[in-house]
Amino acid sequence: MKAPLSWLREYVDLPAVTAHEIADRLTAAGLKLEAVTSYGYDVKNVVVGEVLAIEELQGFKKPIRHCQVEVGEAAPREIVCGATNFAVGDRVPVVLPGGVLPGGFEVGARKTYGRMSEGMICSERELGLSDEHAGIMVLAEGTPIGADVVELLGLRDDVIEMEITPDIGYALSIRGVAREAAIAFGSAFLDPADVSPPTEAGPSYPASIADPTACDRFVLREVHGFDPSARSPLWMRTRLTRAGVRPVSLAVDVTNYVMLETGQPLHAFDAAKLTGEIVVRRAEPGETLETLDHVVRKLDPEDILITDGSGAISMAGTMGGLHTEISDASTDIVIEAAHFSASGIARESRRHNLVSEASKRFERGVDRELPLYASWRAAQLLAELGGGTIQPGVTHAEVEVEPVRISIPSGHPGRVAGVGYDRETVIRHLEQVGCTVVAGTVVPADELAAKLAVTGDDMLTVTPPSWRPDLTDPNDLAEEVIRLEGYENLPSILPAAPAGAGLSESQRLRRRVGRALAASGYVEVLAYPFVGERDFDNLQLPADDARRRAVRLANPLSEDEPLMRTTLLPGLLKTLVRNVGRGFGDAALFEMGLVYRPSQGAPATAPVLGVDRRPTEEELASIEAALPAQPLRVGAVLAGEFERSGWWGKGRAGTWADAVEAARTVAREAGVTLDVRADRHEPWHPGRCAALYAGDVLVGHAGELHPRVIEAYGLPARTSAMELELSRLESPSAGPVAAPVISAYPVATQDVALIVDAATPVAAVEAALREGAGDLLESVRLFDVYTGAQAGEGRKSLAYSLRFRAPDRTLTAEEASAARDAAVALAGERTGAQLRGV
Amino acid sequence: MSNYDPVEVTPLHADEMARMQADALDAITAARDLDELKQVRLAHAGDRSPIALANREIGALPPAARAEAGKRIGGARKAVADALVRRQAELEAERDERVLVEETVDVTLPADRAPRGARHPLTTLQERIADAFVAMGYEVAEGPELEGEWFNFDALNISPDHPARSEHDTFFVESVESGKVLRTQTSPVQIRALLSRRLPVYVISPGKVFRTDELDATHTPVFHQVEGLAIDEGLTMAHLKGTLDRFAEVMFGEGITTRFRPNYFPFTEPSAEMDLKCFVCRGASAVPGNPPCRTCKSEGWIEWGGCGMVNPRVLIACGVDPGRYSGFAFGMGIERTLMFRHNVEDMRDMVEGDVRFTLPFGMEI
Repeated sequence: MKAPLSWLREYVDLPAVTAHEIADRLTAAGLKLEAVTSYGYDVKNVVVGEVLAIEELQGFKKPIRHCQVEVGEAAPREIVCGATNFAVGDRVPVVLPGGVLPGGFEVGARKTYGRMSEGMICSERELGLSDEHAGIMVLAEGTPIGADVVELLGLRDDVIEMEITPDIGYALSIRGVAREAAIAFGSAFLDPADVSPPTEAGPSYPASIADPTACDRFVLREVHGFDPSARSPLWMRTRLTRAGVRPVSLAVDVTNYVMLETGQPLHAFDAAKLTGEIVVRRAEPGETLETLDHVVRKLDPEDILITDGSGAISMAGTMGGLHTEISDASTDIVIEAAHFSASGIARESRRHNLVSEASKRFERGVDRELPLYASWRAAQLLAELGGGTIQPGVTHAEVEVEPVRISIPSGHPGRVAGVGYDRETVIRHLEQVGCTVVAGTVVPADELAAKLAVTGDDMLTVTPPSWRPDLTDPNDLAEEVIRLEGYENLPSILPAAPAGAGLSESQRLRRRVGRALAASGYVEVLAYPFVGERDFDNLQLPADDARRRAVRLANPLSEDEPLMRTTLLPGLLKTLVRNVGRGFGDAALFEMGLVYRPSQGAPATAPVLGVDRRPTEEELASIEAALPAQPLRVGAVLAGEFERSGWWGKGRAGTWADAVEAARTVAREAGVTLDVRADRHEPWHPGRCAALYAGDVLVGHAGELHPRVIEAYGLPARTSAMELELSRLESPSAGPVAAPVISAYPVATQDVALIVDAATPVAAVEAALREGAGDLLESVRLFDVYTGAQAGEGRKSLAYSLRFRAPDRTLTAEEASAARDAAVALAGERTGAQLRGV
Repeated sequence: MSNYDPVEVTPLHADEMARMQADALDAITAARDLDELKQVRLAHAGDRSPIALANREIGALPPAARAEAGKRIGGARKAVADALVRRQAELEAERDERVLVEETVDVTLPADRAPRGARHPLTTLQERIADAFVAMGYEVAEGPELEGEWFNFDALNISPDHPARSEHDTFFVESVESGKVLRTQTSPVQIRALLSRRLPVYVISPGKVFRTDELDATHTPVFHQVEGLAIDEGLTMAHLKGTLDRFAEVMFGEGITTRFRPNYFPFTEPSAEMDLKCFVCRGASAVPGNPPCRTCKSEGWIEWGGCGMVNPRVLIACGVDPGRYSGFAFGMGIERTLMFRHNVEDMRDMVEGDVRFTLPFGMEI
């Protein structure tokens, strides 16, 4: 809402303070300052001149005039002008050399089109008054020559732009802002709606309300003999322009002006184009209307319409119909002022994606008592400025509406605030916003109102004013009192919450995982969770891969990425590509976040439950059932050198093994030792892909990416990745770690070299060694893998160091050897391993 | 010397003994390193050294002279042994010094073989906020990102026709009628907390939220909020203000100036906005004539987040008796907080995942 201060001051007797001081008070009242725009303060040296002579210059592409202009100085000024809409004898605004126009535009004397030009004759736009720039501005006859145009035309004004929250529709008007300013400054308020229309004996143009749920007040007045060529006066156009509304024609400008001033949207029909009685009703199936913007709209049976004998003529509160629009030939005008259902207009506006100044106001609540007054004010302006006559009579269709009444204890606002407000303060503020307050209690209107009701001592019954349909609950009234007492005056008290349980195990785990991966060299990213089919193709996912079953958005930002991720990899890989592209070819990234996995057979729709009570567990479960599973995953990708080259020598390129180790790092934080098995799973390289298990539960995969995936994403060669589902690693059964018993007896180390088939997984050999070695085994470590000629074709040699120790004695060489032999024997039995050199 | 014993044993003469001792001591002093000293030890203190040989001659002396000769030899041996120990220590110290000098390296060489990574500042900032509230007794509550409309809107008193609902720029799950959305705010966690926890409830809930804004310097379709909710007996707006003042202090340090002003949210009544005095211009840009400020758009204040007393209608939808319980809720933007706290100028830096942006933030913020 943009409120020119000059307009505001017409209705509130504000002290001599700056626009910013006013804006600050309004902000404190809830009308937040967006910007103050000042007009005309920089304008200098613009005076009224009279055109004495005009010489049309020849030989230029456009008409150019060289004029003699009397500006009240010793001699007339010569000025070159490109406009032609003025004649000798006209009074015009002239900016003299050294003068300044809005925006700091300085004007000097200069030679142009071969003549001297000592200044400039100005248009309305050049003076910052309106957008009018078709010609220069011709002032009224008899305007005193030499007069200061800034003073004369009231060029100077400040416009306060405020952000109006959706609850206070009344503040979308000068009337509402002025009322708030009056309360804030304790100044007198003059109601612009206080226009005393005459008591009318009969109706005007016939009208009725067919659907009382659509409209509860409908008012028509008529102005006849209107001069369609009459222009809106400059002051009106200036105010409209500065309030952000483009001037169109007098009839339209008047309806807009009155809307801005009072908050009541108005519509003007050309009486000559109406046939029969006007009826407010809902649309019929298949009905259409061509609106002012030349769009033929298919109407919905819920749409609220203004209709006449010919059918729909206007979409109530949103946009008028083209056929009955005021034209430049309209002389008889029917003014409509109505009060439509707020939710009805909200839906209509949303359905047709049509937001207008009118719909914005109706949605947010318009004063139900305004139509009679606003329509009269508009009729008066049309008659006064357009030479028409107001026809006697007013049409007033109305549906009885029970006023809202709320009971609160006088102490309620203070209990909400945490401050003691006395009874008088509470009543005073409620009355300031327009409520009537009496002692006593009312019976709640319905069950919800009964649940909301607050009881206590000293009950007050409050009837909010017609312009505050937002005041319905006890806390609404509390807010009015607290905001007028000033939020800035609330005390600041830190409440003492009961002792909490701290972070959950799962929350701690996430932090540990993040730290562990970062400590291992990975940089965290937070990629967008939007993906497209293309990502699934790039990942080489088979057609029936479960990860292709993704949640689709109805209104994605990009048509290429309408799906919600089912894996973290696309975001990680794209971020990796971005970093590589920016010169960071050695990059290791990780992300922890949710993926969205629709459950098969889940209901398509999550029901929207009622809000007047707690839903049942079944009702809540019905929402949960429709939501996809959203497990927490952690993924990591790496490319280039994982250990850097340097003066110490060559670095080490990141490989599948680092990806697996990253997964192990994560699992370690969860207290889980991963069981790694070879697997074939897209998007990984079929020979370099590890399936990761926690016990028997598959928790993820790691390895080098498939070369085709690397190519599809444009990744560096050998890019590796891991992804695992953290939700599956969180095992509540893990329990606290049992402290080991530390033996002080010496260790006995035995090294063995085993020959196995090249395809035998090392993990299987190690598992057998562990099991075979028995309790005396302290640790087993693979320290070499050899695949040369000495191992034999298709074979590999694994060198292990086994450490044995007993808790209660020094092991003998025989005991250690026996344990080693048992280990080797089981490895031989399980994996065919043979002791090398035997 | 008496002439009582005619046998003369030359090496045992006092003069001769003194000469042998002096020779040994000279050789010890002259030894330049440990190897030479080893030779000297052999020559002058070994089994075949002159003093050792002289010692063997003692038996040839008459009994009366033996004691004196023994004393003389013992004195010489001790002097030589002491000198050897001293010289050994000197030479060892010299050697050690030399070796350590030889082993000197350039300690300024880099050793960043395996550089460390970093956590995203938006993550660590959420953790820091959670920690601040956990210290006040709050617990961290969570909810799904893909949420039922009832949780995201209806239960929060945002009815289908409410203007606030269309202002939310919601991502809808296909079809629009599915009743499922990407949550537009962390407030649905309030509902989940009230439905699942025992009263009183004090929870904080940082998390990801979604709005259909295109990415630019100040907007991103995926961002983070932190939701706070406290429901107890006797909670007031003064408690809300106190909690947020503390929160602001924890985030931005003491001396931060806050402003509490009326605002509107369907799920709180009364509602307020918490503003921070612009820490770039300190509010000066709002005064006409002063230079403009990009950070606060010359408003002098920066919106930090919305808050208010939980609307009793929300409590009713969760089965909480508003006659007995009241409380407050607030929601702050994490990105905004990071921007203010660390002077991040462009939202895109937080989104793109450029390692140069994230690395300096390390493990904690």
